[in-house]
Amino acid sequence: MNGMSRIVKTIASITFPLVMIYGLYIIAHGHLTPGGGFQGGAVVASGCAMILIAYGSVWTLGKIKEKNLSILESVGAICFITLAILGLGFGTVFFKNFLIGSEIIFGIIPSFGSTISNINTAGVIPLMNFAVGLKVIAGLFGIVLIMAYASTRRDKY
Amino acid sequence: MIFNFPFIAVIALIIIGLYAMVFRKNLIKMVIGITIIQSGVNLFLITLGYREGSVAPIFTSLPSGTEIPQGMAFPVPQALTLTSIVIGVAVLALMLSLIIHIYRHYGTLDVRKIGGEK
Amino acid sequence: MSKRNLFALIFFVIMAVFLFISSLMMHPFGNPEKTNMDDEIIENAQIETGTNNGVTSVVFDYRGFDTLGEATILFTAVAGVIMIFRRMNK
Repeated sequence: MNGMSRIVKTIASITFPLVMIYGLYIIAHGHLTPGGGFQGGAVVASGCAMILIAYGSVWTLGKIKEKNLSILESVGAICFITLAILGLGFGTVFFKNFLIGSEIIFGIIPSFGSTISNINTAGVIPLMNFAVGLKVIAGLFGIVLIMAYASTRRDKY
Repeated sequence: MIFNFPFIAVIALIIIGLYAMVFRKNLIKMVIGITIIQSGVNLFLITLGYREGSVAPIFTSLPSGTEIPQGMAFPVPQALTLTSIVIGVAVLALMLSLIIHIYRHYGTLDVRKIGGEK
Repeated sequence: MSKRNLFALIFFVIMAVFLFISSLMMHPFGNPEKTNMDDEIIENAQIETGTNNGVTSVVFDYRGFDTLGEATILFTAVAGVIMIFRRMNK
């Protein structure tokens, strides 16, 4: 796959920042509105897949290597497990929400019932959303990139 | 019986996928069948956790007049469906990679010509 | 019709009839019977986890181990795909 025509490349370049902003919004507001790490990560990864289709897999693999994507995914997984183990250290059990009720960050408890959304709530859940989002972005885009590259190498079949 | 219509839709999806898995000989079509069964299972989980006239379990700017436990759908089946979707994507990627490998090794996708039957 | 197709057809018909009958015997759509666990989670999600989104509170707090296993499965799938294609591209 050597990339598509100039029209497709232009439209993909214009649309790509909007898709990225929307996906990062879904990740960052995962504890307030419908969404979260997995869904926003899937949105961002599909935006990256659009760039991959428009420009071709050889060009994309020249921009970002698969090894860097593996490192990014490992960083996301390590952040997630570290947050879970910190719950064991500061709190009582594994996956303890230790930031809730504290004064550091994300510590406010909302009142019961229908409330106006406040982003400074929910303890470690936004941080876990970011970690899982990073992991899903790197994982899905790595899968798509490596499969596209492998199916363009040998055209004789 | 008309109230069980979503369950019948689930069963229809599962039967269509089972047909593709059992009677087709092409590996890609069998994978399509597995994916349809997976969609049926996701729909079954979502259907199981629905209460009549309920809204999604999200408290931000709730519609006025919503009773708090009774007027909301179940959160646990929705979370399990989220897990199931991501696992489905991972398994689908692995299956397609193995199918590409099989095609380059044998030169065919017909299950009758792959493996022991020479 | 070969013997394999005959067995497949018998299996398929038995499964279809079994699933269809079981779908007719489910509870009516929209009226689940056992609601204790989900009512408890909906009532306490805002107070215990501070989250406005009930699904996120289940995914990351009440059932965190589930998400950990899911992340492990995603990691394993990516590692498997990269391993298969790296060996093939040489």
